Amino acid sequence: MAECIGKVVGINGNMVSAQFEGDVSLNEICYVSADGTKLKSEVIRIRGNVAQIQVYEMTGGIKCGDPVEFTGEMLSAELGPGLLGQIYDGLQNPLPLLAEQAGWFLERGVYVDGLNAEKKWEFTPTAHVGDTLRAGEYIGTVPEGSFTHKIFIPFYLQGNYTLRHIAEKGEYTIKETVAVITDERGRETEISMSFKWPVKRAIKCYSERLAPVETMETKVRLVDSFFPVAKGGTYCTPGPFGAGKTVLQHTTSKYADIDIVIIAACGERAGEVVETLTEFPELTDPKTGRSLMERTIIICNTSSMPVASREASVYTSVTLAEYYRQMGLNVLLLADSTSRWAQALREMSGRLEEIPGEEAFPAYLESYIAAFYERAGYVRLPDGTTGSVTIGGTVSPAGGNFEEPVTQATLKVVGAFHGLSRERSDARKYPAIDPLISWSKYNGVIDPAKSAFCKEILTHGNEIGSMMKVVGEEGTSLADYIIYLKEEMLDAVYLQQNSFDSVDANCGTARQRYVIDKLVCVLGSDYDLGDKDEARSFFNSMRQEFIDWNYTEFLSDDFKKAEAEIDALYNRGGGKMSSAAEALLKDGELR
Amino acid sequence: MNKVYNRIESIIGNVITVKAVDVRYNELAQITTRFGKSLAQVNKIDGDTVSLQVFAGGQGVSTGDEVRFLGHEMRVSFSDDLLGRIFNGSGEPRDKGPALTENMKPIGGPSVNPTKRILAQRMMRTNIPMIDMFNTLVVSQKLPIFSISGEPYNQLLARIAMQADADVIVLGGMGLKYDDFLYFKDELSRGGALSKTVMFIHTAADPTVECMMIPDMVLAVAEQFALQNKDVLVLLTDMTNFADAMKEIAITQEQVPSNRGYPGDLYSQLASRYEKAVDFADSGSVTVLAVTTMPGDDVTHPVPDNTGYITEGQYYLKGGHIEPFGSLSRLKQNVNGKTRKDHRALMDAMIRLYSAYKDTLEKKNMGFSMSRWDEKLLKYGQLFENKLMDLSVNLTLEEALDLGWQILAECFEKQETGIKSDLTDEFWPVK
Repeated sequence: MAECIGKVVGINGNMVSAQFEGDVSLNEICYVSADGTKLKSEVIRIRGNVAQIQVYEMTGGIKCGDPVEFTGEMLSAELGPGLLGQIYDGLQNPLPLLAEQAGWFLERGVYVDGLNAEKKWEFTPTAHVGDTLRAGEYIGTVPEGSFTHKIFIPFYLQGNYTLRHIAEKGEYTIKETVAVITDERGRETEISMSFKWPVKRAIKCYSERLAPVETMETKVRLVDSFFPVAKGGTYCTPGPFGAGKTVLQHTTSKYADIDIVIIAACGERAGEVVETLTEFPELTDPKTGRSLMERTIIICNTSSMPVASREASVYTSVTLAEYYRQMGLNVLLLADSTSRWAQALREMSGRLEEIPGEEAFPAYLESYIAAFYERAGYVRLPDGTTGSVTIGGTVSPAGGNFEEPVTQATLKVVGAFHGLSRERSDARKYPAIDPLISWSKYNGVIDPAKSAFCKEILTHGNEIGSMMKVVGEEGTSLADYIIYLKEEMLDAVYLQQNSFDSVDANCGTARQRYVIDKLVCVLGSDYDLGDKDEARSFFNSMRQEFIDWNYTEFLSDDFKKAEAEIDALYNRGGGKMSSAAEALLKDGELR
Repeated sequence: MNKVYNRIESIIGNVITVKAVDVRYNELAQITTRFGKSLAQVNKIDGDTVSLQVFAGGQGVSTGDEVRFLGHEMRVSFSDDLLGRIFNGSGEPRDKGPALTENMKPIGGPSVNPTKRILAQRMMRTNIPMIDMFNTLVVSQKLPIFSISGEPYNQLLARIAMQADADVIVLGGMGLKYDDFLYFKDELSRGGALSKTVMFIHTAADPTVECMMIPDMVLAVAEQFALQNKDVLVLLTDMTNFADAMKEIAITQEQVPSNRGYPGDLYSQLASRYEKAVDFADSGSVTVLAVTTMPGDDVTHPVPDNTGYITEGQYYLKGGHIEPFGSLSRLKQNVNGKTRKDHRALMDAMIRLYSAYKDTLEKKNMGFSMSRWDEKLLKYGQLFENKLMDLSVNLTLEEALDLGWQILAECFEKQETGIKSDLTDEFWPVK
C-alpha cells in the first residue's frame, strides 16, 4: 500500500481529525508530528477525505496543519523469541528500555522495538528442503528459557509453500533469514525468526477448535472444586473495589497449572504492577523450578497512561497468548480490568459523537467483548498437538452492581462466573467469591456429586442463617442449627484460603480430592450433640482441626497427625455417617 | 510572537470560541475583559474554530474582547520560594507576596514509568493513632478520606499537615469555603507548619475552571519536590468538587454524559491525578490524601466509587471519627510488621474487641440484659473511643501502642484478649 500523507484539521482530547489524500484503511497506524515528535495513532473512522484518529499519547501541543504520516499497516505485535519475561506497555514497548531512554517519565513519542534485534538465538532446523508448508507450521526451534520456541511460517501467508532453503543449526538474530520458501507460482519469500501480526485479528492457524474439557488447576479450592475453569475456557471475576479481584488474579498467576501466564494490567494501579515486578523474579515456577518471571509476560498500561493504548493493550496481550498457543503450550491470559478497557471504548465513542447506549457505553460494546473472549480456546494444531488460551478477566462494575452493561455483556460469553461480594470481603473472607451467585460450565477436579452435596449444605445453611437473623438462635431447631454450623465450617475450612501461606494457597488436585472426602464424611454425619452450646463447641473444634490440617504439607507426617486428630474428634463426637454421604464415598479412599 | 484576536465567535458558559490559526491544543491564552485579565486554555480545535475555557468564567466576556495566545501550556513556577506561599488555580499569589515566574514547569505531565517505581514500604507517621496504629499510611500511598458534608475533614487534614512526618506539604483546596481557607491558614501558621507548606486554593466563590487546575498544579509542584529527594505529602480537599467542575465543563461542551451526568472519562481523569503518587527509585516520594465527600453518604456515587477503584484503600470519616471498620489501608501490611512486634497483634485484638463492643451495644439498645463480659466490653468501647479514636489525640505510634495495652489491662484479663501469651507477658502493664 502506498504511503499517504495528511494534515491535522481538528483536535478534541485524544482524538485528532486529519485530512488526507490517497487511500487510508480503517485501523491503520499513522504518526502525527507535533514539533518534530511523532506520535503513534490509529485510524478509527473515515469520512470522505477526513480520517478520525485516536492518538496513543497525550495530544497537548498539536496544532492544525501538523503533518500526519499514514503507514499502511495495522497495529501489530512483533512475534518471535524473546517475549517471555518482558514488561511491555500496551503498544509492546519494553518499559525498562523506555526508562533507559527517557528516564523517570514515559515521554511521548519514544518507541522501542518489542524484541531485541541483536540477541542471538540457537536455531535448530526441523523442516527439510522440499517440504510443503503452510502458515502456522514450523521450520525449526530455538530454546527460550525452559520452552522450545517454534519458528513458524508467518501466519499471514496464504496457500502452500515449498521450502527451498533452510539455515543450518547455529546462532542467528531474529532478523536474519533462516529459510527461503516459494509459493505455487515460484515466488520467493524469506523467513526470519520474527514477524508481525495485526493485534486486532485472531490467529487462526489451527486444524480445529476443540471443546474445553480439561480443568485448569488454579489451586484455589473454591474455584477448582466448585466453580472450575477449563484450559481454553473463559471466566470473569466481577467485584466491587476492595473485594480482592487483583489479589485473586495475582495468586492465580503464581500457582496456576499452566505453561505461560500473560498479565494484562489494563487501566489499573501502577503499584500493583510494581508488586508483581518485585515479587515474580524471586519466586520459582513449581513446574520448572526456574524463576516465575521466565514464564510470564506483563503488559502494563496503568490507569494514568494514555487511554487509547489501554484499548490496544488487551489486544496485544491476547495476540501474544495466541502466538504461544501455536507452539502447543497452555497459556493463561489475565486481564485486569476489562471495565477499564470498556471505558476506553466509551471515551472514544463519546469523542466520535456516536449515539450512546446504556450508561453511555457504545452500542458495539457487547460484540467487542464477545469477540475478545472468543479468542480463547482449546485447539488442535497442524502438527497434531494441542494448545490453549484461557482468558480470565476482572470486571469492576460501578457501585459493585452487577446489573451494569460490562458485567452483563461479559456474563453472556464466559464459561465461568466468579462473583466477588462486598459482604464476604468485609468479613475478610478470602477469596471473596460468593458461592451462592457464582457458576461454572466446566468440569471440576472433584466428583460433581460431592460438589453438589457441599453446595446444598451452603445454600441450606445460608437460608437458616438469614432466618436466624429474624427469629434468633432460640427460634431455630437444633437440627437446623447444626446445618448452619456445618455451613460455617465448610466456608471456613474449604472455601476460604490463606493467600499468604505458601502451603494453604497452593492446594493441588490430589489434596482437594482427599480433603473433600473427609469433609463429606464430617459434614454428612450425625453426632451425639445435646444442645446448641455443645454443637457450637464441637464444630468450632472441628473447624480449628481442619484449619490446622490445611497448613500442613500434603501427606507429610504432620498432615497425617492432624488427620488423626480430626478422626479422634469425629469419634468423640459420636459421628455416624448418613446414607447419602456413604453412597457418595462408597468408591472413595476413606473407610 | 503572540497572536492576538479581537473577535470572539461564541460564548457559552465558561467556554468561548475564536477563529484562529496555528493554535496548539492545550495552549494558554490571555483574555482581557472589562473586569481585567484572565487565562484561558484551548480544549478543542475544529479547523480554524478554537474553543477555550476561560479561567475567570464567561461572565462579562464581550465578543469584542482581546484574546492573546501565549504559545505555551499551563505551567507553574518551581523553586524553594514556593514554601509558605498561597496561590490560586491560575498560579497567581493569594497572599500578599510577589508573583513567581522563574523556572516554569509544565503541569499535568506524563506518568512515571512503572519500572522506575519502587515498592511502597516506608511508614508515614501522622501521630494520629487511628491512622498510624490501625490503618498505617505508607509513603507513596494514595488514599481518599470518604466523608459526608459536615464532618470535620478539613480539621483532620490540618492536623495531618501539622503532625505528619513529611518534608514538604502541598495543600490543594477545591471549592473551599472561605472560612475553611482561613482556618487552614491560621491553623498551619499557628502550628508552625506553614514554612514547609505550599497552598493552592480555589474557594467556592472562584471561577469553576480554576478548580480544575488545582490538582495538576499541586501535583506538578509535589513531583518537582520529590525529584529533589523530598518526601512530599499532598493534601487535597475536596475531590468531589473537582469532579463536579469537570462535569460542569463537559456538559457545557455538550459531551455525552455517562453516570449521573459525569463525563465518561471520570475514572481516567481521577486516576491520572492519583497515580502521581509515587516512590521514585533513589529519589523522593509523593503521598496523596484526598478528601472525597460522598453526596448522601452513598459510597456507590460515581465519584467515591471510581476513587475506590483507583486508590489503595480509604479512610471513612463518620461521626467525627475515623471509622475503624470501613477504613482500610491496603499497604499497611507492607510496614506494620516492622514497626514494633506487638503492633499487628494488638491492632487485630483491639479491633476484634471493638467489634464485639458494637454488637454488645446493639444488644443493650434492644434491652437485653448485660453479662459481666458485656459490661467489660462496654467499658472498653468507651475508653477506646475517648482515648484513641478522638481526632484531637496526638500520640506517636509507640505511645499509642502503650496506651492500647493500658486500655486492655484496665478492662480485661490477659487471656480474654486472644493475644498470644508471649506478647502479653512482655507488654501487659503491671498494675
